[in-house]
Amino acid sequence: MPFEAYDPEDFYDELFVARGKPRSRSVTLIDHMTKLGIDRIEQQRQTAEIAFFELGVTFNVYSDNQGVEKIFPFDIIPRIIDGDEWERLEQGLKQRIKALNFFLSDIYNDQKIIKDGKIPLDVIVTASGFLKPCLGIKPAAGVWCHITGSDLVRDRDGEWYVLEDNLRSPSGVSYVLENRRVMKSTFPEIFQDMRVKPIDDYPGHLLETLLNLAPSQIQEPTLVVLTPGIYNSAYYEHSFLAQQMGVELVEGRDLVVADGYLQMKTTRGLQRVDVVYRRIDDRFLDPLAFNPDSLLGVPGLMKVYQEGRVALANAPGTGVADDKVVYAYVPEMIRYYLGEEPILASVPTYLCWRESDRKYVLENLDKLVVKSADEAGGYGMLVGIKSTAAEREEFAQKIIANPRNFIAQPTLNLSRVPTLVDGKIEGRHVDLRPYILHRGDEIYVHPGGLTRVALKKGSLVVNSSQGGGSKDTWVLNK
Amino acid sequence: MLSRVADSIYWLNRYIERAENVARFIDVNLNLMLDLPAGVSPQWQPLISVTGDLEEFKQRYDLFNSDNVIQFLCFDLTYENSILSCLYKARENARSIREVISSEMWEEVNSFYLSIEGIAKNQSFSGLPKLFAKVKMASHRFAGVMDATMSHNEGWHFGKIGRLLERADKTARILDVKYFLLLPSAEWVGTPLDQIQWMALLRSASAYEMYRKCRHYITPSSVAEFLILDRTFPRSIHFCLWESRRCIHEITNTPSGNWCNSAERSLGRLSSELGYITINDIIQSGLHEFLEQMQSSLNQIGNEIHTAFFAFGNPPDALSNQSSDYLQLQSTSLSQSSSAKTLSST
Repeated sequence: MPFEAYDPEDFYDELFVARGKPRSRSVTLIDHMTKLGIDRIEQQRQTAEIAFFELGVTFNVYSDNQGVEKIFPFDIIPRIIDGDEWERLEQGLKQRIKALNFFLSDIYNDQKIIKDGKIPLDVIVTASGFLKPCLGIKPAAGVWCHITGSDLVRDRDGEWYVLEDNLRSPSGVSYVLENRRVMKSTFPEIFQDMRVKPIDDYPGHLLETLLNLAPSQIQEPTLVVLTPGIYNSAYYEHSFLAQQMGVELVEGRDLVVADGYLQMKTTRGLQRVDVVYRRIDDRFLDPLAFNPDSLLGVPGLMKVYQEGRVALANAPGTGVADDKVVYAYVPEMIRYYLGEEPILASVPTYLCWRESDRKYVLENLDKLVVKSADEAGGYGMLVGIKSTAAEREEFAQKIIANPRNFIAQPTLNLSRVPTLVDGKIEGRHVDLRPYILHRGDEIYVHPGGLTRVALKKGSLVVNSSQGGGSKDTWVLNK
Repeated sequence: MLSRVADSIYWLNRYIERAENVARFIDVNLNLMLDLPAGVSPQWQPLISVTGDLEEFKQRYDLFNSDNVIQFLCFDLTYENSILSCLYKARENARSIREVISSEMWEEVNSFYLSIEGIAKNQSFSGLPKLFAKVKMASHRFAGVMDATMSHNEGWHFGKIGRLLERADKTARILDVKYFLLLPSAEWVGTPLDQIQWMALLRSASAYEMYRKCRHYITPSSVAEFLILDRTFPRSIHFCLWESRRCIHEITNTPSGNWCNSAERSLGRLSSELGYITINDIIQSGLHEFLEQMQSSLNQIGNEIHTAFFAFGNPPDALSNQSSDYLQLQSTSLSQSSSAKTLSST
């Protein structure tokens, strides 16, 4: 009886209400897994792991010349979301992305939100993602953040919070698709009994979103995915998406600016490129406009972009809204641009540049989570309740030295999902990263998303670089 | 198609074919060794000589014994033409064009590399024949999977040219082994040992059975004729060159008999020469000399293909696939400048 001893403890558990009592949405799943028994489940896990390795769904850690390949650890107990609940999340995400897109457009053009005193100018210009070369740009279809991967978490009381927006180039969607593929071949019976929303059509939606950016007079626009190359840890995903969309995967060295257009080097000479889904950071896009040392980008690309002869997704400059100080203003943006109240909550955020906030943060370091405003991936972070006095002291010094760069939030008790660990089923903390596509005329939220799970007992950090894994995410039809 | 992609698919196929042929070399030598009369010591040096990498071997090892030669040719990752190095590079090339080739092809290359890498870790002398059989079969399987799952488009033709040119080169070298492979003395010419060596040579090109179907006797000149000039045997040099010529015309859309770049011209010229030469002509001017000349012409064609289709203004010495150092450099420069975090938030 695999779940007999399973105890949700004092957390919101995504599959159980209490010990021995599955939530209504997960009864079918739990019944099925109970019938299988723990040994079969463990066997299925191994089969799934081999499948991932053979598919080559790996990410690389190239520390020596051979490179170490790892599979992004996968847990075979899925996370389930009710249809009704999903609908609310979907509405909330659409609202949020709509407002953020208005914000980006505004901040690089009229800057009304600053003039109206809703956000201090200082916060914007000191955000590391704010790019001056983007001022005055009006991208195709008015869209800046074409692809977003917001991170959501659920607190102990079951309430959802947006943790980060990730408007630059969020990764992970390939795992969503591959996880589902492996789950379907591992547990075909369960899919027959439960009404799980299918997710295989993501590449089709992505392709439409991108094609929408090409100038309308071009009959057959050329679309490419721009990758840093095979040594990038997310290379698998870049190649996967290019393949699924049937477009070229290019590296910077395949591209050149010639005759005022972005062109790629082919066996028959140069060919014009109309839309670039770029998976390299803003600052590496063009050594002439940004980081002069970058070998990944294309000299002159920004000029072609500014002249409207090529579309980039996401638009350069979206990183300004990923700044964690700017994040704190998103509810205000929703009210300002849409005249609505936010559907999804943001995590209460203390801004260390405000003197009163800073004082509170410094006095409560042991209770708060402190984050550096411009870092991601679980780096540059202090989890107060798990920290040592020395670490707190170190962060206190950092905050005092550079208050603009730090924010603090209360520690959330992330929800948990039963997870197979060393042949036993235990609760592990999860987050959720849904993928949202902004097409200009409409916003599409892909059902479910990537559930990342912190595999270390008690850990709240779900990033793959810090021992995280992933789970399939099932959104049930209503 | 992208020049870089064409380059990668070409080299992907070359490396796999190269790995296969290295396996063939060693396999045949192992077989020969077991048939040697008592008192004749096994010969390992010819294997190295024929690769053209004698100096590289000497830098790493003192003795031409089975252990060293097998380690060098099969598993030495510091030697860029060892079986394992070839498969490693084949896989890196495949990885960089996964979205272009079929996923079956990728899975084939991936499991090919992983299985040989696994064997390299716990190798044993008795396991070698099995290893070589495995390498040959996996290479054939890859070619078959590519044929059956990928559109026969421009990229496919580049891949095929890579495989065929590599095979032509290696068939020339296999034939040349006999030149280096010394008989104990001149009296042995025409003896059963001599016969056995020629048979082994045919076997190493998987040519023995097909040879027997059209020739009764095994003589040096008819073996050479079969491996160089046969019109239908898929490993003969003639066959490889005429097929690659067909492929290059598919790519350029130039009518046969014409050419639009120097690669096409050289390939057309060399294949035509083979079409109208006889084995007697070849033997009169020296078989070994002919084979050496063939190898250098094939190299030349390889360079011209690079210039015509892949280089795009880059000098040929920056060939991404010919210097293992370059890959290494590339990996460092990339990991420094790209943020190496999978799935980190953004």
